[in-house]
Amino acid sequence: MTTTTVPARAAASVSLRKQRTRPADLAFKLALQACLLIAFAFLVSLIVFAVYQGWPRLDSRLWTDMPTSRISRIDTAGVQSAIFGTIWVITATAAICLPTGIAAAVYLEEYADNTRWYNRLLELNIQNLAGVPSIVYGILGLGVIARGFGLGFTVITAAITLALLVLPIVIISTREAIRAVPNSIRQGSYALGATKWQTTRRQVLPAAIPGMATGSILALSRAIGEAAPLLLLGASTTILFNPDGLDSSYTTLPIQIFNLIKQPSEEFHQLAWAAIVLLLGIVLIMNSAAIFIRNKFQKRI
Amino acid sequence: MTTPTKTGRNGAAAGGSHPLRQSRVRIGEKSIETILVVAALISIAVTIGIVVALVGPTADFFTKVSFVEFLTGTSWTPLFAQKEYGVLPLVVATIEVTTIAMLIAIPLGLGSAIYLSEYAHSSVRKTLKPILELLAGVPTVVYGFIALQMINPILRDYWPGDRKPDFQNALVAGIAMGIMIVPTVASLAEDAMSAVPNSLRQGAYALGSSKMQVSVRVVLPAALSGIVAAIVLGISRAIGETMIVTIAMGLISDQVRYNPIEAMMNMTTYIAAAGSGDVPVGTIDYDTIFAVGALLFIVTFALNALSIRLVRRFREVYE
Repeated sequence: MTTTTVPARAAASVSLRKQRTRPADLAFKLALQACLLIAFAFLVSLIVFAVYQGWPRLDSRLWTDMPTSRISRIDTAGVQSAIFGTIWVITATAAICLPTGIAAAVYLEEYADNTRWYNRLLELNIQNLAGVPSIVYGILGLGVIARGFGLGFTVITAAITLALLVLPIVIISTREAIRAVPNSIRQGSYALGATKWQTTRRQVLPAAIPGMATGSILALSRAIGEAAPLLLLGASTTILFNPDGLDSSYTTLPIQIFNLIKQPSEEFHQLAWAAIVLLLGIVLIMNSAAIFIRNKFQKRI
Repeated sequence: MTTPTKTGRNGAAAGGSHPLRQSRVRIGEKSIETILVVAALISIAVTIGIVVALVGPTADFFTKVSFVEFLTGTSWTPLFAQKEYGVLPLVVATIEVTTIAMLIAIPLGLGSAIYLSEYAHSSVRKTLKPILELLAGVPTVVYGFIALQMINPILRDYWPGDRKPDFQNALVAGIAMGIMIVPTVASLAEDAMSAVPNSLRQGAYALGSSKMQVSVRVVLPAALSGIVAAIVLGISRAIGETMIVTIAMGLISDQVRYNPIEAMMNMTTYIAAAGSGDVPVGTIDYDTIFAVGALLFIVTFALNALSIRLVRRFREVYE
């Protein structure tokens, strides 16, 4: 009896282990891999193409010289005012959207009773705002902030507009970070007699910092690359000076790149590619940092 | 927080603010809560602000141009001497470029999502997904210039027939836009597929299904509402995208154009082009920006609302 069962069992285990792969299955898997591969190949070729095209102009002139619209001056032209403009605008954007977004997220996660209709409306509204096209925020900036509030085409108008544009990203990511903080931490804090705000500020927020940092960096990186709303807010004129205050005229890197693209001759395009390499460098480093922080701290809580 | 037991975690947290004895009112605590509420209300103010910004000039526009002329006219030339206000050329161009973009973004996005969710090991997924997300981080001016200088020359070289694609055209803008949207579609679709319970997969495997059959016949249908939400969100992105089309699609809207290898202008491009000059307030040129903006806002708002509803549905079923 034993001699007959052993081969039978062996045969069964063999048939379980060795699956025949059908051609259709293999083709399907390869097609799926091809989808990802095409996306990655595009990303790589985009970076290589930009560096290759911009290489002759990738030098210190990029940040020491001012932009120009004249072909005769192109050899001594850079994008300095755009770099400083971007630094001004993004610093102000961060100063507006990070505290506001984090406060709103703390309210929605820690304070709001989400069975109430008004809190649900808030939540739905934020989700919807996240999908509003950036050019519509430009219209908001033009109609309400620049004209309505009379702030004009200045750094602060651009900063408020971009801050409102990325606010939903900050709120949604901060909420996720706060939600990931285990409730035991809160209860421990309450048990020691801490108030709600003490608990939030000293326990919940510090524990949520990595998640909030990830969301904030992604939001600001989006703001740095954003051009469409600023087109409506006066950033597209050639600015030959660096901003000296929040009420100053300005231009930013993506807008300056757009201006260079619109010029007909090759020399301007070369400078555009060089500026693109700079912009891509900043944005991709920020994105990588955000992802790195997320992966590193994801499981620590 | 009057009903601490209604919600799970919030309720438990609220337990702290409801001690056994009534505690004294803390002014600091109350004022901080007020500040937080105000911050949250800013998002409502933004929505109201957008509507207010759009309504006034749009209403002005429709006192000068009839609603019927706007929606059925086939020529849009507000910035020319012979002014005509038919929005159809912009709408058709928007539909064309969106269709081309989705023809690229849906297969690539869903294919990537199925691979990441069903085939890739978790360690592989952890590396691949962030790289895919980098595509979403590339600024759209860069996509526009890539379309113009890298993709279009290739298209023109290999285009069959004598009628080569124009210097700017809907096809090349759509291709670049499609690639840009891949991470949006892939990310949301992957979330939906990952939320499908493993028991469904195991049941299918037990009946002798292959991995492909499980992916296509079990996971895809189970995650359908999330996948549709991902596609709808992608469409909304494509309709609202501005820089790629401004750079790579063109500025012509004197008539409705159907051939995607021709230059044409969509809604967002018009807003950017007309708004980037310093247009005087109160003129009809100024109002046209807002009228087209209102149309764009209504369409994308409806699509986003649909997408949010669909996402909630799959969350309700499986989470």
